[in-house]
Amino acid sequence: MPAYTLKINGSTQQVDVAADTPLLWVLRDHLNLVGTKYGCGLGLCGACTVLVNGEAVRSCQLPVSTLGARAVTTVEGLDPAGASALQQAWHEVDVPQCGYCQSGQMMSAAALLAKTPRPSDDQIDAALAGNLCRCGTYVRIRKAVHLAAEKTANA
Amino acid sequence: MKNLSLPPVSRRSFIRTTGLATSGLTLGIMLCSKAQAAEINPAFPAPEEGDFAPNFHLRIRPDGAVTIISQNPECGQGIKTALPMLIAEELEVDWHSVTVEQAGLDGNYKRQVAGGSGATPAHFMEFRRLGATAKAMLVTAAAQTWGVDIAECYASDNHVHHRPSGNSLAYGELTTAAAELSVPDVDTVALKAPADFKILGTRIPGVDNHAIHTGQPLFGIDQTIEGMAHATFIKCPAFGGKVKSANLDVIKGLPGVTDAFVIEGSDKIDELLPGVAILGIDTWSVFKAAKSLVVDWDRPDVSGQSTDAFYATAEKISAGEPQSNLRTDGDVDHALFNAPHMLEAYYTYPYASHANLEPQNCTAVVTADRAEIWAPTQAPGWGRGLIAGHLGIPEENIFIHMTRIGGGFGRRLISDYMVQCAAIAQRAGKPIKMTWSREEDMQHDHYRAAGWHRLKGAVDSHGKLVAWQDHFVTLGVESDEEPGRGANISDGEFPGHFVPNFKLDQTIINTRVPLGWWRAPGSCAIAFVTQSFLDELAHEAQVDPLEFKLNLLGDEPRPEPTDKRPGYHGGRMSAVVRLAAEKIGYGRELPRGEGIGVAFHFSHLGYVAIGAHVTVSQYGALRVNRTVAAVDVGETIINLSGAENQVEGSIVDAISTAMGQQITVADGAVQQSNFHDYPLLRMSDTPKIETHFISTPFPTTGLGEPAFPPVAPAIGNAVFVATGKRMRSMPFNQHDLSWS
Repeated sequence: MPAYTLKINGSTQQVDVAADTPLLWVLRDHLNLVGTKYGCGLGLCGACTVLVNGEAVRSCQLPVSTLGARAVTTVEGLDPAGASALQQAWHEVDVPQCGYCQSGQMMSAAALLAKTPRPSDDQIDAALAGNLCRCGTYVRIRKAVHLAAEKTANA
Repeated sequence: MKNLSLPPVSRRSFIRTTGLATSGLTLGIMLCSKAQAAEINPAFPAPEEGDFAPNFHLRIRPDGAVTIISQNPECGQGIKTALPMLIAEELEVDWHSVTVEQAGLDGNYKRQVAGGSGATPAHFMEFRRLGATAKAMLVTAAAQTWGVDIAECYASDNHVHHRPSGNSLAYGELTTAAAELSVPDVDTVALKAPADFKILGTRIPGVDNHAIHTGQPLFGIDQTIEGMAHATFIKCPAFGGKVKSANLDVIKGLPGVTDAFVIEGSDKIDELLPGVAILGIDTWSVFKAAKSLVVDWDRPDVSGQSTDAFYATAEKISAGEPQSNLRTDGDVDHALFNAPHMLEAYYTYPYASHANLEPQNCTAVVTADRAEIWAPTQAPGWGRGLIAGHLGIPEENIFIHMTRIGGGFGRRLISDYMVQCAAIAQRAGKPIKMTWSREEDMQHDHYRAAGWHRLKGAVDSHGKLVAWQDHFVTLGVESDEEPGRGANISDGEFPGHFVPNFKLDQTIINTRVPLGWWRAPGSCAIAFVTQSFLDELAHEAQVDPLEFKLNLLGDEPRPEPTDKRPGYHGGRMSAVVRLAAEKIGYGRELPRGEGIGVAFHFSHLGYVAIGAHVTVSQYGALRVNRTVAAVDVGETIINLSGAENQVEGSIVDAISTAMGQQITVADGAVQQSNFHDYPLLRMSDTPKIETHFISTPFPTTGLGEPAFPPVAPAIGNAVFVATGKRMRSMPFNQHDLSWS
């Protein structure tokens, strides 16, 4: 198996995996970063969303061999203490029900807020349209994105 | 349990044996060291040495730390937060001082199940008493320490206070003294008045939020065991098929694959299915290898095993003689014949999948005579029974850790995936994490039953419903005698008991498609039928549908509640219907293409009415703009945040299901495979949602299900107002709603 050097959450990681292994399974099964979730394997649900050079990407569709030197941020890389504006907003709004999709939701939100610090409802809907929530927490997700934007602006 | 020699009781400061008889608890596991407890049951959350642990749900450390045990499966319904709140409230502790720990399956806990919105009614009083008895012991311990009258002492904020002197002692300082006391009889302990609640009724964020938001390994699919292999398990696409042979040698030679073998399985389609296990170094390797798997399946006879055939059969037999009569009141034929307004209609709804976002998975360490399991399960005891039965392991040697569940909705009441993983692990002789692909998950669900209703109804000259007849055609699973799981109807289904002439008939179609309980079983689809047809009858009689329904409901419980049946309280329902109608703006003038509809349903002891405002474009595009829920689940809302979340989620789930979801079957196999052909609602299609709770002097009940059923008919009724078109089937996206 070929070896790959990956930049994950600010540190460098070595993995020996098949070239076509999606980043999702490298994270989950080889690096034990299990916050990134498997939902569909086809880029349909968004549960596996991570940031690659700041862009929201479906990690189930990204073969590890194509990653190169690009930097990956997963939910574990937001703030391990949970103190980032995004994580705090998610907690205060009490977004999760089962919680399984929420890391993907948060990573899509993080990518949005990095480019659009004060997004409108429509911008949030568009940016998170690819993230499904089976429990139906969308109203709260939208609210939490607004709150995170507010917290960041007031920080 | 293993027969361990227990250390003398006095070695530890748990409840004295004198207290055991009073409390009726079997405290053996609490009286040994944590290490010994782990040997008896590694899934039991044993206390630390020195803890004050007056029951199986609570411990207070000498440093004052409060740990409350959550005994039930958490699948997003919020039980891991809600039930501990009950204990904390009566215990008089600051919620921020509480740590919640998840229990695994253990005989000392009752009803470790997530289903039927049942935990709240089952535990609401019991858990409050657990907190109250512990508080009483702490107060007694303080009074004895001070040598004062108990009546002069009271508890608040993790302390016992002595009113006359102003002295106080922290709970942590009282652990040793309290542990010397007997647990008082629950009947001697007073519970708080709702007006004095400090925690109940407030907004408490989920206790797992931090772990979710930092990506910690909470879910079943996140579990890892030293030395484990990853596995997937491929079943026959046609239900009931067995493995004749498979290209195992090819599979074993694929990169990353470490083993592959056939699991013989059994004939039971909800247990250990026959299939092929593929083991490897990671999930990707086994998923990829599964695409190269070629199995010669011993397929069952699949003739007639299709939804097309079921629909055709149902349409025909629903118009004929029924198989059985479930209930008859009065004389329906006479009333139908004589009433000035009579209507017939035929309603249908499809199979639905649970589509848990976390696919079925399980992690297991299994030997010949012992199994330790980590599973996202709504019914761990069921899983243990299956493992015992199929693997020949005594139940007392099977230990189930309950992980957080990435969506339940009833799917994980059925424990097929647990016994499959255990069988693979036993055969492999090493720890296994088994994960189903999304496709396997969608095609091997236990589905919400499709159903068909041929209805007749009549309204008298005063605008009152006088007759209702339903020939319900439903599904059996390898049976034409009994409906499958969740495919039955209550013999008193509304408007039964509310209409003088009522007839409910049933005919069962025998199929091989697995059925399971699906959020608000029965109600989740039947409410669409009854609430839509009532609306139709009102329009037929030229009566306002809201007045028509309120007139039908009245203000009384029908029938009178008994110990076994709660009855259906017309007055409680009328109140939520009026509130939903008011808040949605029922009766206001709307332009063509807009509509407001109201519907209600009683299920799982909860009374819910939904008002929906929709827009239908001239081209027929349906959008739900706004929904209002009015909810009566008794006196107390335990966690306002969690309760609202359940209602909001139920509404989104119901819209999602009604709008575009259906499972179809051809040649005995499910045709849908992933979210492209089984779509979930997206954020952009989510309406504004308002939730209003009405508190009534009735027992507090659960909220995981009752808000779901009235949503689809509220939308259907609104669409009729908007377009004049009546939708008599789900999903709604199959209707041409265009207008001009």
